[in-house]
Amino acid sequence: MTQPHRLADGGRLDRSTPVRFTFDGTEYTGYPGDTLASALLANGVIEVAPSLYRRRPRGIATAGVDEPHALVQVAEPMLAATTVELHDGLSATSLPGLGRLDQASDEAVHDKMYGHADVVVIGGGPAGLAAALAAARSGARTVLVDDQPELGGALLSGHEEIGGRPALEWVEAVRAELSDTAEVRILTRSTAIGYHDQNYLLIAERRTGHLGPQPLPAAGRGRLWHVRARQVVLATGAHEHPMVFAGNDRPGVMSAAAVRSYLNRYAVLPGRRAVVLTTNDHAYGTALDLAAAGVEVAALVDTRPQPPVALAEAARRAGIEVLAGSAVVGTSGDTRIASARIAELAPDDTLRGPVRELGCDLLAVSGGWSPAVHLWSQSRGSLRFDEALAAFVPAQAAQQVRAVGAARGTYDLAGCLREGSAAGAEAATLAGFEAAAPPVPPSVGDPRPALPRPVWLVPAEEGEPATWRDHFVDSQRDATVADVHRAIRAGMRSIEHIKRYTTIGTAHDQGKAAGPTAIGVISRLLGASSPAEVGTTTFRGPYTPVSFALLAGRERGGLFDPVRTTSIHPWHAEHGAVFENVGQWKRPRYYPRPGEDMDAAVLRECRAARGAVAAMDVSTLGKIDVIGADAGAFLDRVYTNGFAGLAVGSARYGIMCRPDGMVFDDGVTVRLADDHYYLTTTTGNAAAVLDWLEEWLQTEWPELRVHCTSVTEQWATVAVVGPESRAVLADLAPDLDVSKEAFPFMTARQATLSNGIPARICRISFSGELAYEINVPSWYGLAVWEAVLAAGEGHGITPYGTETMHVLRAEKGYPIVGQDTDGTVTPQDLGMEWIVAKHKQFIGKRSFRRADTARADRRRLVGLLPLDRAELLPEGAQLIADETALTGPPVRMIGHVTSSYRSAALGRTFALALVERGRDRIGEKVYAPLPDGRLVAATVTEPVLLDPKGARRDG
Amino acid sequence: MLLIACPWCGERDEVEFHYGGQAHVAYPSDPEALSDAEWAQYLFVRDNPKGPFAERWSHAAGCRRWFNVVRHTVTHEILAVHPAGRPKPVIA
Amino acid sequence: MTVDGLRRSPLGDLPETLGHGVRLREIPFLTQLNLRLAPGGGAAARVAEVLGAALPTEPNTVTDSGDLRLLWLGPDEWLIVGPDGAAPDTEGRIRTALPGEHACLVDVSANRTTLELSGPGARTVLEKGCALDLHPRAFTPGRCAQTLVSKVNVVLDQLDAEPRYRLLVRGSFARYLADWLLDAMSDTALIG
Ligand SMILES: [Zn+2]
Repeated sequence: MTQPHRLADGGRLDRSTPVRFTFDGTEYTGYPGDTLASALLANGVIEVAPSLYRRRPRGIATAGVDEPHALVQVAEPMLAATTVELHDGLSATSLPGLGRLDQASDEAVHDKMYGHADVVVIGGGPAGLAAALAAARSGARTVLVDDQPELGGALLSGHEEIGGRPALEWVEAVRAELSDTAEVRILTRSTAIGYHDQNYLLIAERRTGHLGPQPLPAAGRGRLWHVRARQVVLATGAHEHPMVFAGNDRPGVMSAAAVRSYLNRYAVLPGRRAVVLTTNDHAYGTALDLAAAGVEVAALVDTRPQPPVALAEAARRAGIEVLAGSAVVGTSGDTRIASARIAELAPDDTLRGPVRELGCDLLAVSGGWSPAVHLWSQSRGSLRFDEALAAFVPAQAAQQVRAVGAARGTYDLAGCLREGSAAGAEAATLAGFEAAAPPVPPSVGDPRPALPRPVWLVPAEEGEPATWRDHFVDSQRDATVADVHRAIRAGMRSIEHIKRYTTIGTAHDQGKAAGPTAIGVISRLLGASSPAEVGTTTFRGPYTPVSFALLAGRERGGLFDPVRTTSIHPWHAEHGAVFENVGQWKRPRYYPRPGEDMDAAVLRECRAARGAVAAMDVSTLGKIDVIGADAGAFLDRVYTNGFAGLAVGSARYGIMCRPDGMVFDDGVTVRLADDHYYLTTTTGNAAAVLDWLEEWLQTEWPELRVHCTSVTEQWATVAVVGPESRAVLADLAPDLDVSKEAFPFMTARQATLSNGIPARICRISFSGELAYEINVPSWYGLAVWEAVLAAGEGHGITPYGTETMHVLRAEKGYPIVGQDTDGTVTPQDLGMEWIVAKHKQFIGKRSFRRADTARADRRRLVGLLPLDRAELLPEGAQLIADETALTGPPVRMIGHVTSSYRSAALGRTFALALVERGRDRIGEKVYAPLPDGRLVAATVTEPVLLDPKGARRDG
Repeated sequence: MLLIACPWCGERDEVEFHYGGQAHVAYPSDPEALSDAEWAQYLFVRDNPKGPFAERWSHAAGCRRWFNVVRHTVTHEILAVHPAGRPKPVIA
Repeated sequence: MTVDGLRRSPLGDLPETLGHGVRLREIPFLTQLNLRLAPGGGAAARVAEVLGAALPTEPNTVTDSGDLRLLWLGPDEWLIVGPDGAAPDTEGRIRTALPGEHACLVDVSANRTTLELSGPGARTVLEKGCALDLHPRAFTPGRCAQTLVSKVNVVLDQLDAEPRYRLLVRGSFARYLADWLLDAMSDTALIG
């Protein structure tokens, strides 16, 4: 017989289409509407994988997100069987608290959506539905979030009445009205996992994952909502917690509320003969429903000496013996529970009287209820311990949020409806809408409960807490009362310390069920008068685990981060360039010819630039138009050197520093008109420099008449470099007088190219060669690049990439900001005293007089020539002063290598380095200890290794 | 994700903004007149209160304006927002 | 003009693409002039005169003047957007209003290209990567914003209620943004 534990009728199931699934290789059947857990129970399967550390047999213990035991691998690892919706073909294997990553990449699409709402209601139970209805009727943009496939919350598991009809008919009516209301969005199968500053909510929606392996084409498996809410209503319900007694982890020990849910929502009998253990009224409903379903209820054990008369009477009428003032003190069984041992509790929670043993295959336990305050706490709302409810409840809100219903400890249905309705109306009103709380319909069932008698720790029949190793506090972590005792004996008092020492609450469920119990146990072992003295640990998101794929959303592979390309990029790609990432830019690093590696390609490209002509796409340089009557005065304050006196049509290299005197950026600026400078920045700093200029203009010098406009992408720029570059330019711009006299170094000219394109041509050089940079509107970039190559064809023009650019500039000792500097380097450290003006004020100037900045032993930029001309020092290598220093730590380091290359022009390797008192060491040796154990010697030199007089550049 | 009200553009997510440190720390009018200690004070020393803190933000991905915010450093609540150049508001 | 034939837009090879209730195409080479001046002064008034419409002073709004759109970018900054080829004439007209003023006009037509995203699903596509509230109660035709779409800075301009949006994006980011939009458009459940 299939599904031997399935009730003949009832439940929220579609019995017309049974579905097949496998669990640990065995095939079973269930129904749509089942969870994996309910279907297993229907098939008589309660036992899951044993515990991680002690290999204790374990069983399904709950019916929701607080499940500590029934973890499975479907495609994703570590899913709770109580939250996995059953679908045809589902194949699950049980996990002992430890999953394994699927090595195949997850190709499913995960989506992301930003949302905005006036009112977000989290939780689709009676309180949440009432709140959503009140808000929606006001016209407020309302989002209702619920983690289940259908709305109703706890109503799905009971048989209450609202408005004279079964409660689920009321649920359906509310759902229908909300669906028909404009500006309302209902998100089912959606878990609010995070509550961040200013009502920023993260909601994980399961879109097609629950349908199994055949998702709708292109509809994502999941979606992460980022919702900004004006007002939030938390109707997140409450968690029932377990009780701590010997053998409380045995399969068949189950949450009483879960048992009721399995009976009523899933039409499953979790056992045939039950004992019910409770500290409160709620489990009476479980006991009565079990009896009504034909389960023999051997006893209802209530910790309270005087249970409410009406409830006790109802139980007796159902043939259930009520054992008041008692608790279960132990269980037995082969694996699954076979009997429960019961004893009377004295007022101080000690045991008294004889122990009675009752046979059972199910022990339904309600250790008490705690509001699900996770999101409330994430929002930084405070908690207080309510002694009557024996639970932490929301106290002071820290954001625009309120908690209603069971989430604030209101457990009766009428109270939930009333609070929800009022809160929904209040939230909508505060969001600026005219809202009134709709009348609350009368309800039957789930009355206001009497007070519980919490028993945080049921003593063992013998021994002391130090030996209670079968009293599980966090069964997922196999953490027991003995472990808590050991932590306290080791001197810990804070819940945060005890949590970390015992690992309680750190497992997959993050202590959703066991958390309050643990606090209770700790308070008892500390001798505290109340859990209030212990407090809670910090609640952190996500509320339930989510996959990294969901967090990544669409930002995967090529969409992971913006990729920036220049207008000339298609040519680079077509011609086999090897690209390097420079920030978000893709820049050609080198252009290998067949059979060439990088070294060979770069040496060839360097030879072309030094021997004939070469071209580079330098469009990525930052470019800013600085315009206004005070532009020159402004640049004088920003750069260490002067710009106000620069002649129109001329260019000047400048360095800007932070106020601390450290180099921030550098680049060439051209004066195009009296009131117009064209400033270039390093590729990586383009945005930062514009921000920097705006900051000073807006916050310190608003009186300056200057505007800055980013034109980085307005202009494409091609550098033409090498002794034959003049000839190429002459061919390219026939109307331009390119002679040395008419177009000298560090000047700029406007010209029309032979193809008709207007260009701004600057004679500047970052290579030490005769060179020009041709700027054109970027939509002409590709055409001009091709024209340059065509004009240079007869000269063997060679495209080159960033690697060659680095070698060429390093041979000239030109530093690169961010490579040869790191925010601790002054212009003087770079050997550029000449660029620091003496007779004007500029940002950073004052710092050059500070004792530390003026120190004689600062690290200065120098060149290094390894004694072995083929030895390439690794960039970042540390330097020491003498050969014998490596005797043992500490090793005194005097600097490090910042750049290191093979030079075609020098016929050897070389490097740049920052070295303590470097300028005083020129001609001396330094040593680089390498990871392979070798000590490489190099001679310190001037950083300019080629053409120190600049004859090539100025030619 | 803070929600910051740009004085011009209104409420935008924090990612659109750049942080600029403590507000109302003016660049000294004559740095050369300062002692090393005074200059170091300007360069390196900032308040770090537990509570309301006046700080600068720039709407970098929007209108690019710098402005001042009073933010509670514990709750992240934004207590006041005003354009650059205005005096520090009094927060009760 | 022969020179125009040498132009390449960043997305010149992007075909007009249809998704479920959404359409994407590039509008290349739009005229874009960046104007900086003090609002409410004489220059602003003269610019309004030569353009036939006032520069908007309400943040994140647009005014229309013939085939020009005047977008507020900042309290002293506007982007004047017009058809391909309108830059020289428009720049010339504005310059007549600026002599002697603390003002700045820069032709940035090649700085950005324009993506047009339209159709009933267009808002949903944007909402996959844009945190701005684009609900008609908050964002309507006539509004613009500088904001982020999937980490990319854009100038967003809503043209009509269909809705039809223009995303003005810097050329280097255009390919990434188009790829991202095409991916977002592949969602079959865009409407509703
Ligand atoms: Zn702004």
